Amino acid sequence: MSDSDADRTIRPETSGLNSEDPEEPESDVTESTGETVTLRIFRYDPEVESKQDAGFDTFRIPTHEGMTILDALIEARDEQDPSLTFRHSCRQGVCGSDALFINGSQRLGCKTQVSELKEPIQIEPLPHHPVVKDLVVDMDSFYERMRAVEPYFDPDDPPPDELTERYQSRENREDVKLSTRCIWCGACTSSCTIASNEDVYLGPAAINKGYRFYADEREGEDRAEERLEILQEHDGVWRCQTQFSCTNVCPQDIPLTEHIQQIKRDATKADLRFW
Amino acid sequence: MAMYEHDVLVIGGGGAGLRAAVAAHEAGADVAIVSKVHPVRSHTGAAEGGVNAALHEDDPWEDHAYDTMKGSDFLADAPAVDIFAREIREEVIQLEHWGMPFSRDDDGTVSQRPFGGLSFPRTAYAGAETGHHMLHAMYQQVVKRGIDIYEEWYVTRLAVTDHDEVADRQCHGFAAFDIATGEVAGFRARDGVVLATGGAGQVFKHTTNAIANTGDGAAMAYRAGVPLEDMEMIQFHPTTLPSTGVLITEGVRGEGGRLFNSDGERFMFERGYAVEDGELASRDVVSRAELTEVAEGRGVDDDHVYLDMRHLGEERIMDRLENIVHLAQDFEGVDPLEEPMPVKPGAHYTMGGIEINEWGETVIDGLYAAGECGCVSMHGANRLGGNSLAELLVFGARAGRAAAGEDVGTPEIQVGPDPDAEREDPDWPIEPGEISGGPPDVTPNDALVDPVPVINSAVEAETERIDSLLVTEDGVSQAAIRSRVQDAMGEHLNVFREKSGIETALKEIGAAKRELPNLHVTDTSRTFNTELQHALETRNLIDLAEAIAFGALAREESRGAHWRKAHQERKDEEWRKHTMLSWNDGDPEMWYRPNILESEIQEYDPTERSY
Ligand SMILES: Cc1cc2nc3c(=O)[nH]c(=O)nc-3n(C[C@H](O)[C@H](O)[C@H](O)COP(=O)(O)OP(=O)(O)OC[C@H]3O[C@@H](n4cnc5c(N)ncnc54)[C@H](O)[C@@H]3O)c2cc1C
Ligand code: SF4
Ligand code: FES
Repeated sequence: MSDSDADRTIRPETSGLNSEDPEEPESDVTESTGETVTLRIFRYDPEVESKQDAGFDTFRIPTHEGMTILDALIEARDEQDPSLTFRHSCRQGVCGSDALFINGSQRLGCKTQVSELKEPIQIEPLPHHPVVKDLVVDMDSFYERMRAVEPYFDPDDPPPDELTERYQSRENREDVKLSTRCIWCGACTSSCTIASNEDVYLGPAAINKGYRFYADEREGEDRAEERLEILQEHDGVWRCQTQFSCTNVCPQDIPLTEHIQQIKRDATKADLRFW
Repeated sequence: MAMYEHDVLVIGGGGAGLRAAVAAHEAGADVAIVSKVHPVRSHTGAAEGGVNAALHEDDPWEDHAYDTMKGSDFLADAPAVDIFAREIREEVIQLEHWGMPFSRDDDGTVSQRPFGGLSFPRTAYAGAETGHHMLHAMYQQVVKRGIDIYEEWYVTRLAVTDHDEVADRQCHGFAAFDIATGEVAGFRARDGVVLATGGAGQVFKHTTNAIANTGDGAAMAYRAGVPLEDMEMIQFHPTTLPSTGVLITEGVRGEGGRLFNSDGERFMFERGYAVEDGELASRDVVSRAELTEVAEGRGVDDDHVYLDMRHLGEERIMDRLENIVHLAQDFEGVDPLEEPMPVKPGAHYTMGGIEINEWGETVIDGLYAAGECGCVSMHGANRLGGNSLAELLVFGARAGRAAAGEDVGTPEIQVGPDPDAEREDPDWPIEPGEISGGPPDVTPNDALVDPVPVINSAVEAETERIDSLLVTEDGVSQAAIRSRVQDAMGEHLNVFREKSGIETALKEIGAAKRELPNLHVTDTSRTFNTELQHALETRNLIDLAEAIAFGALAREESRGAHWRKAHQERKDEEWRKHTMLSWNDGDPEMWYRPNILESEIQEYDPTERSY
């Protein structure tokens, strides 16, 4: 049941700062109530009078073994309130559509088990983005940051002939491997205090994207140097304060902070060299 | 009313759409992509196993062509297969040149592994996330070239003229709405529209496909007059996780993973399903073997079998199949390093689709298709794993170039209704086609010379349709209608099919169709109205479900993925032909086109397909 207005309050400012939110689900499990789970879901629609004041609706959802937050949202929508709105597509953690703010941290709905969370489970849109409707946010600022690092393979030299690949050592592929796994979900950037306060900071996903090419030996040294410059411009790596929130929330387990630190170290070395 | 204009408009930002867009751009066109999800969210990103190409000097491309034809159970068309096997080599190397992080051998060259139905280790891969890397590598090229992207725009109707003869019709663009705002707008393509809308796995509930894979492009083209080809050919992947349909790549078996029944037998060998190739037999063979094991009481929980890869060792697994470990843990709660994974068949791939030739041309002038929504046909009755990422490169590129105006000469493959074709006027258990009496999907041709009115009238029709959906007072939910169709399909058009079951399914589909006019959209907002979008998608699913069931009912033989209980043999004399379904302005007709076993280069002998 969705007991709409009863529970609707003005949307509290979701800080989005994991560090300020003590809720660590693993350490704080209350056994799920067996048959059903209670969700408190953020609602907002600029067009619908009753939803113009943002607030929360409560849903009680029958559970089954292995149920994910996305499953629960689909159940809430298809069986109770078809106007409930969220993004989703692959259902398997690869499309990056459903990064949400769940019990105070950024997670993918489809990759999060209902049974792991404390009830009532509070589901909010990704913080630090304008809310379009319910759980859907405007991701433009995220995409813009990605574009700022020239996110495409751009080698110094033309490729060999049409039937010959460039060589890449297994070691080098290993070095870039984790960085190439990013699914653009935006969880990391949303969790970063600095990225959220300063529009100009590239944020962890974009820096990782830059790192992905910077570390790829196939691009060549000239381009690597340019990459380093892009990444340490005024809005680049030096803003990172090594809080690790991005690394903690990344559903792809990308060592974001490590990649940022690597860029800082290499940038320092390069500066010394040119001094 | 807004009108956006480009030379070439590509509908879909998955692998096929991105490849087509880059090709059209390279051919000098001003091109834009219109996609209901942001391109990087497309389902191409879910592909795991790899992409096939005869890259090795000991592996002539003709062998890849032969394997593809054999895998298709000799229903593919030879010219398409030959072009594919030859051109894919450069396409895969080009991906590498675009930076795709392929897995590597010790000498730094691209690694290739064995895959089902292939006579050579020919599958290039990037870990077990090949599709993700491919999608991103191509999206990067689109960004690099500054190609316009209309993301989160939902295309609802093609703007096609309404000449009586489908072959005289012309596509000038389409109507679409901006999901974020609900604004309906016209899109005009000066040169061509490329459909790259992906598969229709959502016709089934247990599927490896994304929620977005609702076959919109195929349904829109069908209703505009383009025939649908071989729709009954749905591939069921033998290794999906039982609770979600999440796919466990064939790469697991390629690397040596084994299938066991509840008696601990390696049934593919021990029960004689495929004594040569065992687990690496073609997908349809393995899927039927699994369900036969379950039906004969040797399944686990009467539902599935086991896939075991523990003997490969942690190091090899983590090197080549790491994400499988995560998938099994996250979506089934099983640690495949410690225990075998439960698996069962799930709807996976739409072999049939929009009828096209080897340049992606449909019968309608200016309308092209590529990728999983199209049927050229190179997969025939069964697609080999690793061949569809490959297909979307070769035929995506060709469609892009053709749409941009490249001279394609005289194609070898025919498209469009054939007046001399063998026709069938079967006794369908339901009235096919349009029942709601809505406006046809082609546009009155009062101003044929000028494309703008054609697009305007498509936009008006869609505006009306959407407006009327937003004011319904009560009725049935789209979710209920969709479920009804999915349940019927899952029960009767799965791996095993028989006449009475297919007829039952058709009646259910007919009932769902009759419910459509009572569809109730509760959300009246135009802002990001996913309920509205799903309602429009459900109509597409119904039309495609019906086409799949018609094809399955007509084809009284067993070939590739299609199996009929009373007709368990392949009947070459009678059935080496494509089932074709023409919409005929709401009054569908089934006809047949012989398949082509002879190309300029070789002739294929339809031997028995044994593995
Ligand atoms: C789990 C899984 C694993 C696979 N593994 C492999 C593999 O290892 N090797 C292999 O060769 N193949 C594999 N396949 C098959 C292969 O991935 C697909 O066939 C292929 O990626 C389809 O690409 P596409 O570009 O045609 O469609 P998609 O990638 O599905 O893209 C469709 C696009 O169309 C857009 N779209 C759809 N409808 C509309 C509309 N109405 N308006 C606007 N836009 C629209 C969507 O937004 C999307 O961008 C796998 C498939 C699955 C499901
Ligand atoms: S780095 Fe991780 S958290 Fe950040 S966008 Fe990519 S996948 Fe999401
Ligand atoms: S639905 Fe694709 S990542 Fe969750």
